[in-house]
Amino acid sequence: MSERFDVIVVGAGHAGAEAALAAARLGMRTLALTLSLRGVASMPCNPSIGGPAKGQLVREIDALGGEMALNIDATCMQLRTLNTSKGPAVQTLRAQADRFAYSERMRRVLERQPRLELRQGTVSELLVERGRVLGVATKEGQRYFAPAVILTTGTYMNARVHIGEVNFESGPRGEKTTNRLSASLRDHGFELVRFKTGTPARVRRDSIAYEKLEPLAGDPDPEGFSFMTGKIRRPQALCWITYTNSRTHEIIHANMHRAAMYSGAITGPGPRYCPSIEAKLKMFPDKERHQVFIEPEGWDSEEMYLAGVSTSLPREVQDQFLRTIPGLENVEILRYGYAIEYDALVPTQIDASLMTKSVVGLFTAGQVNGTTGYEEAAAQGIVAGINAARFVRGEEPLILDRSQAYIGVLIDDLVTKGTNEPYRMLTSRAEYRLLLRHDNADKRLTPIGRQIGLVTDERYRVFEERWSAVEAVRERLGASRVGCTEAVQEVLRRLGTQPLRPGQALTLAELLKRPEITWAKLVEVDPGLADVDEAISRQVEIEVKYEGYIAKQEEQVERFRRLEAKAIPDGLDYFAIPGLSREACEKLSMIRPRSIGQAARISGVSPADISVLLVYLHARGGRPQAKAVATRG
Amino acid sequence: MRAGTVQDTIAAIATPPGEGAIGIVRMSGPGAVAIAERVVQSTRRLSQVPSHSLVHGKVVDEGGRVLDEALVAVMRAPRTYTGEDVVEIHCHGSPVVLQQVLARLLQEGARPAEPGEFTKRAFLNGKLDLAQAEAVIDLVRAKSPKGAQIAAMQLEGRLSARVSAQREEILDLLAHLQAVIDYPEEGLVDVDPGEMKRRLERLVDEIDQLLAGADAGRIYRDGIRLAIVGRPNVGKSSLLNALLGEERAIVTPIAGTTRDVIEERALLGGIPFTLADTAGVRATDDPVEAIGVERTRQAVAGADLVLIVLDGSEALAPEDLEVAELVRQAGAGARVLVAVNKCDLPRVLEQAAVERLAGPWPVVWVSAVTGEGLARLEETAAAQVLGQGGAPSAILVTRARHRGALAAARRALEDAGETIARGLPLDLVSVDLQEALEALGQVTGESVSEEVVARIFAQFCVGK
Repeated sequence: MSERFDVIVVGAGHAGAEAALAAARLGMRTLALTLSLRGVASMPCNPSIGGPAKGQLVREIDALGGEMALNIDATCMQLRTLNTSKGPAVQTLRAQADRFAYSERMRRVLERQPRLELRQGTVSELLVERGRVLGVATKEGQRYFAPAVILTTGTYMNARVHIGEVNFESGPRGEKTTNRLSASLRDHGFELVRFKTGTPARVRRDSIAYEKLEPLAGDPDPEGFSFMTGKIRRPQALCWITYTNSRTHEIIHANMHRAAMYSGAITGPGPRYCPSIEAKLKMFPDKERHQVFIEPEGWDSEEMYLAGVSTSLPREVQDQFLRTIPGLENVEILRYGYAIEYDALVPTQIDASLMTKSVVGLFTAGQVNGTTGYEEAAAQGIVAGINAARFVRGEEPLILDRSQAYIGVLIDDLVTKGTNEPYRMLTSRAEYRLLLRHDNADKRLTPIGRQIGLVTDERYRVFEERWSAVEAVRERLGASRVGCTEAVQEVLRRLGTQPLRPGQALTLAELLKRPEITWAKLVEVDPGLADVDEAISRQVEIEVKYEGYIAKQEEQVERFRRLEAKAIPDGLDYFAIPGLSREACEKLSMIRPRSIGQAARISGVSPADISVLLVYLHARGGRPQAKAVATRG
Repeated sequence: MRAGTVQDTIAAIATPPGEGAIGIVRMSGPGAVAIAERVVQSTRRLSQVPSHSLVHGKVVDEGGRVLDEALVAVMRAPRTYTGEDVVEIHCHGSPVVLQQVLARLLQEGARPAEPGEFTKRAFLNGKLDLAQAEAVIDLVRAKSPKGAQIAAMQLEGRLSARVSAQREEILDLLAHLQAVIDYPEEGLVDVDPGEMKRRLERLVDEIDQLLAGADAGRIYRDGIRLAIVGRPNVGKSSLLNALLGEERAIVTPIAGTTRDVIEERALLGGIPFTLADTAGVRATDDPVEAIGVERTRQAVAGADLVLIVLDGSEALAPEDLEVAELVRQAGAGARVLVAVNKCDLPRVLEQAAVERLAGPWPVVWVSAVTGEGLARLEETAAAQVLGQGGAPSAILVTRARHRGALAAARRALEDAGETIARGLPLDLVSVDLQEALEALGQVTGESVSEEVVARIFAQFCVGK
């Protein structure tokens, strides 16, 4: 039995769901194959979405016309704004999800999407002929054909779960795993690595002594992730905080040799970004206590997630050490923490469109590319979905650069530098993060999403209205001046800011630039501003207040773009370039950078190599006629 | 530039001109060993010997006639100075022999190296970073022993090391800032703005020190611009010639014979000087016109050091005071030195009068005719310009490019301090710190963001 599609998506996790939706919304007849229909967009680890850099990714996916933000807004149990005092660029949202509702809603969205078919099936083989993907075959014996296939297998390829000395073949949460696909990828010449990640125990809601814990409430009047959501007015759940102590640490130290990570049972590297409690004790022996967040997994669930104590220790040790923690003295573990090992692709085998370099039409996205995190997966998913559709239609791929989006930083890092541990997005990875704020993700990406065809009329209207309102208010602030009248001086003095000099007149924008003048204070100076919508005024405040810094960052971007604009022609034979170091030749031939800028970011390519490359390209460029002839020939 | 140039084999005489005990002819490039084999007769075949071996042999001409006996060093890529195959032929030092050996190599297919080309190849092959490569070029071009010393120090990476240490400090600050931002719920200790400001100020001070050295560095490389001024016939030109040790400027006892500004280079106190003799001016009743106000003003404005010359055999003239006044006004930045010339003649000029004129400026009594006091004049001139920065252990910035990068870094660090002082959110500080890192990276040639990430995880305990 066989069927034809335009795009086949293997997997329906966070990457697969976005990929399938994007492809179908762009008019592709799309098939999404999942190991289990119950497992769409599941959250086997932390039931939470967002946080620094990750929250920006979610907003960017939304601005392009993706689903993740809408899905979490509809199913979240708690929302908090983080880093409120740290600066506009790093402010971000974090949501606690009802992970059951999250998964359910995403499944419904996929099911209702025209042109998209969601089916259960275990892909066991990739069908490739002469370097071109043809489709996939399943363990169940079906064959599906399409010119573009997107692999989003997450942590399910050749997965093995470790709990202390015990280990067994299994996907996360005891689900199925796909082993034969790894072999099939190896057959087609792909290099795979073994990565690991871990998760803490889930405990029974009623077995916790809440009176001993610090409660952590959501924001009073939270705003959603999506630019389409606005305020979220639903009751919110509480999370709780407690801490490990010296007793906890003693027990863990005494059993360290039994943890799968340290007994030698696991060889793959784990993410530095979410270390197990064992790893934290090893790395930071002086720290007296570690924070534990207790988070509900759903409104209607008995399970509570213990963030901060991910572990691969044996079951009885988990019981023992958790019960030393205040509030958890009588805790009952519903599911033990475990480490999971899985196969991932070495991401330098894909290009910036997320298509593999060796198999035309094969795209990969998500944890299979060596990342960790739902948001990172979804971000790649939407790009892979878009580019698979554009590939099928014979259009140029969408490639976002490092100054446009966190998505651009993420993909550029993966395909340029690769990663030797699960890659997590961090604000510190983004050089131009003052421009990559979560508040302006729509300004950066919605016009691009519109051009691609993912942004609906409704979303585009909301976008245009919002920014024309912002512009109008900015103009108004730039045009209206306050003079040195007694009334004005009086207000300024009351607000604790420098009064005007005699004869001085300042625009409201200049006044707002003063660090101590907030929007609320500006309204006291000019009560006429009170009618400005809060969402608009917040945007204006950021844009005006940090204008100088934003301009400085834009200059840095200019410098960055100069090297990005120096294109490197396809199929350049680096070994034929005199003066390049051997390591540089090898790395450049493998990565095949699009530009000098990207080449300079490859590890092992030195500034001297870049000078050689620049000299060589300059010399080549100096003979355009020869080049034109060659192209024709 | 041709893309293929790097494939050539280049050759040059590597030892300084003149007769030495040993002279070296050096070749670099893929053909180096093969060419040497055709030119050197030896019991061992050069193409067969292991890398970094020394072979005894005879250099022969195309007719097989022996030009010289030589030791040949064969060094194969990549562990060589240029990163290419390198052959050095150590001959007996006669310039004639060296020329003949070089000619043989060129005959067999090597190409004469351009100045600095070995270093350029070393840089292109990733054997030297930019600062080091530039230092070698300075070493090659150094005009003075002290200049060579500084270039050698830079070659060892002292500037790079100091700048790297500053980058480390900035990376630390960024890492802390960003750890707190990336892990807001980990209970990390927040960045203390006061502490950060203090660390930024320390960095600015350090850069100031390097920049102060930059002046001295330029002086070592380009020479000190010394303007010699004074009223007509005090002996400016003869003093210039005495310093140069030869008769370059036209000297006559008739005032006003120096027609234009004469520039000469000389090594004074181990330091290269560019000496500018402001032309003497025809005698006139108007003292202001007599000293050539405009010309003197220009010379003084462009000088590092001004030498006012007085005539010890005459009483102080009004023009002498005019000159001093002019220097005081025009040469705000320049240092000043007074030479009382003609001390071989009976002294008329009074010490007290000289001191009144000189004020804080040092005074040296000299005779351009007998050479008396000239050594002291040289020393005083060198000391005046270098001040405390002249100690040979100081790290001197000799490149305009480095100086510019340091100045940019300094501005960015000051901006960062300003951001903190204004009470703005700390993430904004990272925009400036990023800028400073980039600027300092231009001196050492490194990239940024990966390092910060690595540091965060080395220093802070974070994670879910």
